[in-house]
Amino acid sequence: MSTDVQADPAKSAGSASPLSQRRPLGDRGFQLLALCAGLLVLAILIGIAASTAQQGSDWFSTAGFKGIFSTVWDVGNNQFGMMAFVFGTVLTSVIAIIIAVPVSVSVALLLTEVVPRRWAQPIVTIIDLLAVVPSVVWGLWGILVLEPWIEPIYASIASGVNGIPVLDNLFGESNGGVSGASFFTCGLILSIMITPIITSLSREVIATVPAIDKEGAYALGATRWEMIRGAVWPHSQSGVVSAILVGLGRAMGETIAAALVIGSSVQVTSHLFVPGYSIPAVIANEFGESSGEFRSALIGLGLVLFVITIIVNLVARWIVGRSTRRSRGA
Amino acid sequence: MEQPEQKIKLTLPETSTAAAAKQDGGFTGASVFDAKNVSCYYGSFRAVTDVSLTIYENEITAFIGPSGCGKTTVLRTLNRMNDLVVGAHIEGDIYYRGASLYDRSVSPTAVRRRIGMVFQKPNPFPKSIYDNVAYGPRINGIRSKGKLDEIVERSLRQAALWDEVKNRLNKSALGMSGGQQQRLCIARTLSVEPDVILMDEPCSALDPIATGKIEDLMHEIKSRYTIVIVTHNMQQATRVSDRTAFYSVLRDDKSDTRTGVLVEYGRTQQVFEDPHDARTQAYVTGRVG
Amino acid sequence: MAVVSNQPTIDLREPGGWRRSKNQIATGLMYFAFVVILVPLGLVIFEVIAKGAKAISWQFLTSSTVPPNVMPLGQGGMGAAVVGTLEITAFAALIAVPLGILGAVYINEYGGRTWLSRLISFMSDVMVGVPSIVMGLFIFTVWVIPHGLTGLSGLAGSFALACLMLPLVIRSAYEMLLLVPNHLREASYALGATKSRVTLTVVLPSAVSGIVSGSLLAIARAAGETAPLLFTVGAVESTNTNLFSGATTALPLQIFSNALSPYTGAEERAWGCALTLIVIAFILLFVARIVTARFTRYTR
Repeated sequence: MSTDVQADPAKSAGSASPLSQRRPLGDRGFQLLALCAGLLVLAILIGIAASTAQQGSDWFSTAGFKGIFSTVWDVGNNQFGMMAFVFGTVLTSVIAIIIAVPVSVSVALLLTEVVPRRWAQPIVTIIDLLAVVPSVVWGLWGILVLEPWIEPIYASIASGVNGIPVLDNLFGESNGGVSGASFFTCGLILSIMITPIITSLSREVIATVPAIDKEGAYALGATRWEMIRGAVWPHSQSGVVSAILVGLGRAMGETIAAALVIGSSVQVTSHLFVPGYSIPAVIANEFGESSGEFRSALIGLGLVLFVITIIVNLVARWIVGRSTRRSRGA
Repeated sequence: MEQPEQKIKLTLPETSTAAAAKQDGGFTGASVFDAKNVSCYYGSFRAVTDVSLTIYENEITAFIGPSGCGKTTVLRTLNRMNDLVVGAHIEGDIYYRGASLYDRSVSPTAVRRRIGMVFQKPNPFPKSIYDNVAYGPRINGIRSKGKLDEIVERSLRQAALWDEVKNRLNKSALGMSGGQQQRLCIARTLSVEPDVILMDEPCSALDPIATGKIEDLMHEIKSRYTIVIVTHNMQQATRVSDRTAFYSVLRDDKSDTRTGVLVEYGRTQQVFEDPHDARTQAYVTGRVG
Repeated sequence: MAVVSNQPTIDLREPGGWRRSKNQIATGLMYFAFVVILVPLGLVIFEVIAKGAKAISWQFLTSSTVPPNVMPLGQGGMGAAVVGTLEITAFAALIAVPLGILGAVYINEYGGRTWLSRLISFMSDVMVGVPSIVMGLFIFTVWVIPHGLTGLSGLAGSFALACLMLPLVIRSAYEMLLLVPNHLREASYALGATKSRVTLTVVLPSAVSGIVSGSLLAIARAAGETAPLLFTVGAVESTNTNLFSGATTALPLQIFSNALSPYTGAEERAWGCALTLIVIAFILLFVARIVTARFTRYTR
């Protein structure tokens, strides 16, 4: 009879407690470190909200909610109404979207559906180059090259639409005539800057359309354009909308290019070819010299911008989330 | 009876179509497809070698064979779907009702309008049931609601789906069961009134009951259409098809290549009960594949 | 055994008229859209090179005296700005890249499906969209003000840029970590490695090329940013190599201040800085591309 006693493998190993439940300190430390890094994101966002709110409270206590909606901006008399800047931010961003979206989505479709694979890479490189040009360089080019070149064009359009009802209000002269540095020029520069992000996000979305759906359309005798409308578009609709919203958020937050070409004039008007102002532009231009309630108002404007861009991004994410749930749950 | 894998040089004996024809005593209907010495390539890889056969009107022809024998490839050449694959091309000729399918002047779009396809996995568009079926007519220029309604109803009836969906035509097609979705895809194909319907293993993703419904459907529409079906399921081939083409894989050990070949083609009853080729016999009796 | 068909010849040519034109017009418009994006890119590169090239000289790039705007080209140079940009961006990267990678590691490896990790992931995506000027205001408020005037420094600028880079690095590192196949992790676990060891020795190394190229792109973005630096680094008249104390300047800031000035010297300097900045950005972009291409070749 053998009475072999099995040696306890845990004990026979030389180390202290190899089957111990407690994880080594270094491992726990690493996890903690990673967690802290992640929490940093939340900390910064909360910090932004809190600090700008606190600094802006000075202004808010005198101006109140009315101040957000007032268009009166008179530094000398301590009147700091925000609406003109909100208006300018929204107007220039909308112009940017109107110009950028058709171009971006077309290029995204071009890359995914039309060009053979070989040619896709150079096109993507060009889009990357467009994306990596610093915003201040766009601004520099905008103010020194584009603006003088485009002003006479504005002038001729303005005289052309003189008298025509709606067009005159948009493109006609305002009391100061037209200006190269204007809402429209700013929107134009912004559109160049947001095109890469909309294109690449749209491309990602369009690329996820299952090939079998596309084949289904082709099998019915569809041309490529008909296939895009029938099979690609329903799938990528919400993703592209979300991409557009992300672009909108970028346009709203763009500071330097706007500061240089928007014309720095506080006014609310329908005329697009006149100078205007936007939130980031006024902060960039005026902050250095500001103090007291003025500075507080500018920081308050920063908070408003922060909130607006967060909301736009949240909506973009929500749209994508809703459609993924819908198509999965079906 | 064991048959060793035959290593054949790539010159095949007289094709079975001729043999079938002789046995048949002539051709039954008009020929819809006439493939002559067709070889299919993906780049430099020859997927299928030297296929010649004739598909006849108002018949259901089944392509059977083990995996990788090229039956789906041959099917897709019949409506130029392989054009969508980079590097795919064919040698040889395919005639569709006398016209060469791969002629330079031929538009694949026009081809596919006449030769429709149903895929292995149902692929309805993420739209409503109505819009799925109306898609084909719409791109062909039919805009009037009345006509579209008529076409949608007719196609859904032909696909044996009308009664189940007539009250929810505006609901998303993705909400239906797999079998219903596949019948929807068939309805969608029928909506453009094609001449031929190609089916690539249409029931492989479906349960037996749904499969049965589709097989009944095939019998019903046979009189108006010509159908070619690729199937893995031999019982299905015997149930639905008039003729069967058996493909197999030819291995050339010297150059270590595989390619698909058409081994035998004839009336289904003959192919299954009295196969001319030993490989066919091995396959249909379940020894191989 | 030809089959002679007695049927009428089938017309298999293109569907005529309207359908074909629609398709062609659509395709044409798509190509046109591509040309449309080529135009500004070409114009801006052309102008920057044409106007900036004549400003570039060894003196321009290295001279430590920052000339006042009114000075013509040839006096002083942008050495201060070059040093500033390099130092500030490098330090920002030093902060943001490791933290960003760790954040992505948390979300992907440790967080799992907990609400916290999903929140962090969601919020870092949202944070990508926060305007850069808001980052600048944030650092101004929490760092510069409490330190009084001494708060203006390269360090403050680095903090602001790091805030900007953090979500970008997290996002690109996260995508790369997702791509690491699970069986690599499992193989390591099966050998008795702890999670941190698995992450550090198996997961991160296999994702390193994507992480590196994503970080390079984030650095390129940060190097070109102006707004975060506006209120955090101040302005100087000569090079300040000390990152931690004293104001400094950077290339984007110089472009901004020179762009608005009416003097030709200032304008020319602005173009020179723009050229320098674009060259830096393009180099970073190409290196990022090369890194991706090389390592994709090895791993696929």
